[in-house]
Amino acid sequence: MRKASTDVLPAEGGLGDEPLLAVENLHVEFATRAGVVRAVNGVSYSLGPGETLAVLGESGSGKSVTAQAIMGILDMPPARIPKGEIRFRGTDLLKLSDEARTQVRGQRIAMVFQDALSSLNPVFTVGWQISEMFRVHRGMSKRDAYNKAVELMDKVRIPAARQRVNDYPHQFSGGMRQRIMIAMSIALDPEVLIADEPTTALDVTVQAQIMELLAELQRESNMGMILITHDLGVVADVADKIAVMYGGRIVENASVHDIYKTPAHPYTKGLLESIPRVDLKGQELYAIKGLPPNLLDMPTGCAFHPRCPYRQDNCVTDNPPLYEISGTRSSACHYWREVLDGDQG
Amino acid sequence: MATKGERILEVRDLVKHFPLTQGILFKKQIGAIKAVDGVSFDLNRGETLGIVGESGCGKSTLAKVLMALERPTSGSVTINGRDIAKAKGPELKRMRRNIQMVMQDPYTSLNPRMTVGDIIGEPFDIHTEVAPKGDRRRKVQELLEVVGLNPDHINRYPHQFSGGQRQRIGIARGLALQPEIIVCDEPVSALDVSIQAQVINLLERLQNEFDLAYIFIAHDLSVVRHISDRVAVMYLGKVVELGKDTEIYDKPAHPYTQALLSAVPVPDPEGREQRERIILQGDPPSPANPPSGCRFRTRCWKAQEICAEEEPLLQIRQGTAHESACHFAETHDVVHVG
Repeated sequence: MRKASTDVLPAEGGLGDEPLLAVENLHVEFATRAGVVRAVNGVSYSLGPGETLAVLGESGSGKSVTAQAIMGILDMPPARIPKGEIRFRGTDLLKLSDEARTQVRGQRIAMVFQDALSSLNPVFTVGWQISEMFRVHRGMSKRDAYNKAVELMDKVRIPAARQRVNDYPHQFSGGMRQRIMIAMSIALDPEVLIADEPTTALDVTVQAQIMELLAELQRESNMGMILITHDLGVVADVADKIAVMYGGRIVENASVHDIYKTPAHPYTKGLLESIPRVDLKGQELYAIKGLPPNLLDMPTGCAFHPRCPYRQDNCVTDNPPLYEISGTRSSACHYWREVLDGDQG
Repeated sequence: MATKGERILEVRDLVKHFPLTQGILFKKQIGAIKAVDGVSFDLNRGETLGIVGESGCGKSTLAKVLMALERPTSGSVTINGRDIAKAKGPELKRMRRNIQMVMQDPYTSLNPRMTVGDIIGEPFDIHTEVAPKGDRRRKVQELLEVVGLNPDHINRYPHQFSGGQRQRIGIARGLALQPEIIVCDEPVSALDVSIQAQVINLLERLQNEFDLAYIFIAHDLSVVRHISDRVAVMYLGKVVELGKDTEIYDKPAHPYTQALLSAVPVPDPEGREQRERIILQGDPPSPANPPSGCRFRTRCWKAQEICAEEEPLLQIRQGTAHESACHFAETHDVVHVG
């Protein structure tokens, strides 16, 4: 049942000037035996209703940790949020009590995880797991909740939903399991959906089905979506704007069309150039040299400088701020002008 | 690109069924998973054959049968004129030297309790004729250098390396016995994007240097296109289309190939609203009980009665220059690039 809370819950209705979700200068660190790992160092992004923001980055770039901080599912400790704000409809989620946070989590901001098999409970039927959302959050009776579960399974286009509602997760294929995860996440009509690598474990034809389903659900309900991925192809297909992360920071912010045409950060540029292209068959692929940074031992200055073809002396000492290029674009590179012009590299 | 040489691998009508049994004491076979069901292809020296298909289509089982890790139910795998599927004892051991494998997951395919030197040197323990005892350390260091690792790291353990470096160790192990054929089973899919290109470049360089033939199994179609000379598309244990890379990618004739290509996200947002997408309905059927006739017919938009009755053979069809297994094969450029 809902508990009365003294906190002010995020308002509903009109938004005014405030974005739906705004992450402001977020820092997350983990205390480990080897030292403090700064997984997220000052990340800011914002999301409007109906908008799709793609967060692109490699493993260890901090893209998933940021999402977990928004959801409030980080284990604290070892995690700690020393600085930053996560504003949802103007209310800073980090200042809410645990009870108030629970009201937001799953109901207003929901998440789809990468690995559906390990995210679903193997000993409960999928119907039970989907209807749990309604029983716990909405206080529905078992029967009503079950009917709602069938409805949702229909909505995410699971064939013969009424017959399959009492099946267990292992009886479904990978794509169907991901549909069940999506059904659970949209059960309570969230305003923000965070999809963390939703199709990475799936085959391409199934990936296409799932991405189409997500886009359709988004159109219907006008949710804001944060899509976390490392796949440049998926991003190009669905995103409105992109935040590229590297070493716990956002290194480039741009609209989807700008970033593929004229990347403004050497890392983004390198990633795009390393995609195998038809006209370059038989030639050596461009490869970003070196390795992603070790978060325990970050390079001084710009985290990308050991791998960067544009590096100058000041990159080793000065960490570049996020330079604003235009209203919608920014790049954390001292030499973004040169990168944009393609002078070198 | 790779120099075309003589044929070194011939696969004919290869079948691998895994029995499904019932009962504990008296096991009764009640059916079979038809993982690979009649696959034929050739491989020439210095050539790369890409094999694409979704999970469960039998591509990894195919790799295992080629490596003689699994015995085929029927059919033959002929390497340099000898059938590895029928070879036994010392002859099998000799033949295995010639075909090596690079695994998908560099985190689980290296023994964490062995040093890099031991891992790469282990093939020499089995095939002692390749490197005499005193010579091994030097050989391993040479191999490390060939794959772009520091030869001084010979005494390190796998956990001291990153994913990309570990995959290089796996490649060095595959090269140790100087094979002619390397089966790469998803060699880059576990790696970060910025590292994938490094490993692909390495594989291409090694191919040119040692005139290697690759069987390159992957689900990333753009990577397969980049590295392959010819491509085979598999669906439910069968090759449905086989041809040169340009034929498969620019003139796909089989509906499944067309659907697969159209499903691959293109890393370019220009014109994404107009792009043609064929979204297949449902999941692939179970290989224990594949549909009659054409196996793709249950998801195919061209399916007619004949598809359920008669199985289409893999052959050159009218209007196409390469082999496809569809009664209604028709080339159709779905990607429109290059």
